[in-house]
Amino acid sequence: MAEEADAAMTDPVTDDSATPATPRSGSATSGRAAVGAAMVEPVPAARTGSGGGLDARPEDSGAGPGDSRRILLLVARREVTARLRSRAFQVTTVLFVVAIAASVLILNAVGGSSSTRTVAVAAADGRQASAIVAAARSLDTEVRIRTVTDAAAGRAAVLDGDADAFVRLTAAGGGYQVSVKEDLADSLASVLTVAARQAALEGQITTLGGDPATVGRAIATAGVDVDTLRPAAHRDGARLALGLLSGGLIYIALLTFGPQVAQGVIEEKSSRVVELLLAVVRPWQLMAGKVAGIGVVALGQLLLIGVVGVGLGLGTGELDLPAGIAVGKVAVALLWFLLGFSMYALLFAAAGALVSRQEDAAGVTSPMIAAILIPYVLGISVLPASPDSGLINVLAMIPLFAPILMPMLIGIGSVALWQVLLSLALTLTLIAVLVWLAGRVYGNAVKRSGTRVSIRDALGGT
Amino acid sequence: MGDGRLVIDGVSKRYGEVVALDALSFEVRAGELFGFVGSNGAGKTTAMRIVLGVLAADAGEVRYDGVPLDLAMRRRIGYMPEERGLYPRMKVAEQLGYLAQLHGLGPVAARRAVANWIERLGVADRRDDEVQKLSLGNQQRVQLAAALVHDPAVLVLDEPFSGLDPVAVDVMSEVLRERRAAGVPVVFSSHQLELVERLCDRVGIVRAGRMVACGPVEQLRAGGRGLLVVDAPQAGADWAGGLDGVRVRGREGSATLLELAEGVDDQAVLRAAMATGPVREFRHRRPSLVELFRDVVSNSDATPGAAAPHTGAETGTSAGLVEPTSTASSESTVTPSGGRSWPRRRMPR
Repeated sequence: MAEEADAAMTDPVTDDSATPATPRSGSATSGRAAVGAAMVEPVPAARTGSGGGLDARPEDSGAGPGDSRRILLLVARREVTARLRSRAFQVTTVLFVVAIAASVLILNAVGGSSSTRTVAVAAADGRQASAIVAAARSLDTEVRIRTVTDAAAGRAAVLDGDADAFVRLTAAGGGYQVSVKEDLADSLASVLTVAARQAALEGQITTLGGDPATVGRAIATAGVDVDTLRPAAHRDGARLALGLLSGGLIYIALLTFGPQVAQGVIEEKSSRVVELLLAVVRPWQLMAGKVAGIGVVALGQLLLIGVVGVGLGLGTGELDLPAGIAVGKVAVALLWFLLGFSMYALLFAAAGALVSRQEDAAGVTSPMIAAILIPYVLGISVLPASPDSGLINVLAMIPLFAPILMPMLIGIGSVALWQVLLSLALTLTLIAVLVWLAGRVYGNAVKRSGTRVSIRDALGGT
Repeated sequence: MGDGRLVIDGVSKRYGEVVALDALSFEVRAGELFGFVGSNGAGKTTAMRIVLGVLAADAGEVRYDGVPLDLAMRRRIGYMPEERGLYPRMKVAEQLGYLAQLHGLGPVAARRAVANWIERLGVADRRDDEVQKLSLGNQQRVQLAAALVHDPAVLVLDEPFSGLDPVAVDVMSEVLRERRAAGVPVVFSSHQLELVERLCDRVGIVRAGRMVACGPVEQLRAGGRGLLVVDAPQAGADWAGGLDGVRVRGREGSATLLELAEGVDDQAVLRAAMATGPVREFRHRRPSLVELFRDVVSNSDATPGAAAPHTGAETGTSAGLVEPTSTASSESTVTPSGGRSWPRRRMPR
């Protein structure tokens, strides 16, 4: 009996298929009756391993690198599933995407109605068409000409909404007769006024015996030649917007997902599940898996927002950049987010390990929150007015600020390559230091429950 | 090698000035239910956490099967921490599957094991509920399932019976017996001493970080100072008060409970009783585990010295599967000097 018991001892875990075959099948058997059932099945399998359980382990159950990868993957996958299931995450993701899509589409709708106008012109007034287009070009307004057969067709086009206005020369020849449905848009009124004056001028030149075409050429070639003494770099609104937007999104993502790392650590401490986990998982595996899992979710969310935003922006023409550059900027922004998240997530994980209750989280995470907030606030308040601010350029060198400021500067285009590379190197160095530091603090503090662990204790050792 | 024993060997732990464990030693054999008792703060939880590697010992080591425990081996331990811990917002089946996989099971085997255990422990209909939505009793069942789901080679359970209703206590007892029958060394701590007495093959009583008594329940009881029960209905209230070396410990109905000092002749007591009139009952009663425990724990100057010398206990008892009464033949480590008065024995430090 004793010998059989010994044999049955041998690692039933080894053989996956044998595992559930052990005694559970007989659910309500008394202890005594279960003996028989328990003994019978595992014995043959168990015999293979000379009685001692240790040599019969599955190949990856040791503490080798393969095992580490498996554990990390398990931990990270749990984090991903937990985040994706969370109602808050689902709602914010949908809101983000809707907000980005809506703002691009609204911009497009508003801009679209003001920029392109359709003017109906009777075939008989063909010359006016080119005059109107020329006037529109000089005023930076887009006007399309729709040629109609006669006045009746022109009015019908306006009433049907096919044209914004129908234009005829007045009988006197000194201006336009314009028919609109309700009112004449300001931009179109300016265009038509310029064109009408041009028409009147040409009429007068003809009357005086001159050639309107010659006069027109002479006027067109006369201009102002500007000599720029200190040229400013080319700026445009789209780049500034893209820069600020990517910096802003990284800011929001860091502020959303960073504290979630701390929360996750505290949840494991406060629910005491960490006790169960640390019996089978090394502390660094638990920390790294959590950071990786939450990082993947955050990156996915940003990627989704980026793809929707840039895709719609390019599609509607609202984002006035070559597609390659826009995609490149998004990729750079995502890279900076990854770097920033690595730094902050490690800090948040270490901070979370110091306390045992969610209520105490604010006390340990506020320094990181401040470090995320400061560059964002400075960036959005300084950069729109002075995109090449020296202050921001210097602050962007600081690793903890770089993930928010660098994407802004890179988007705008007001930073030198060496600055980017230097900042990148500093950031990577800090990440390496933090991996060691946070791992140490986390490993020492996460097992201690109850009062807040001081950083000195956590760094000191066991 | 190969004996499947869990050996705690001279484990010490101090927190600053406080000594939590002082060279604590005991062993749990394959197929043995070991009850770990002691008052609050005696060091039970600390010892279990050290076994699981959640806490590092200052000295000593823990071996299974003759080999010091490492992480890979600890994955084969089923552990129920004193402060229950599960992810509150994770679903029951998912949570158990996750823990099973962390312990080394493949996904398919994990799913099957989970299905088996939640069925067995009566929480199958809650498999897709979040743990925090379960009643405390059901959370306990899930916690037990978490300790068992990877078919552990060793079970270490800290207060597994606390907070269980009587039905759950029965289920838990049955599961523990069954694991014992499968040859698993099972150690659990409890304050429910009647339960420990009924269930365990051997018991260890720990006080202030040291093992003060360790052995089969029957043997501990036999070794402990028993009481003499004398029922002499016509005797006066203090008929025994004047006898030399005899202390009156209480009354049960008309019977008097007497404690005899070493060397006192019980026949003299019987004669004294008969002198008062008829004697209906005269018997020695072994102390219950509760009485033993009180004796050990309340007696502050009983300097403990009788830790479990597992080296001496290795002389191959069949242990394991036999009922506690039969194991009584194996040695108790309480009374190395053979004296019956272990709770009062003084040992020079």
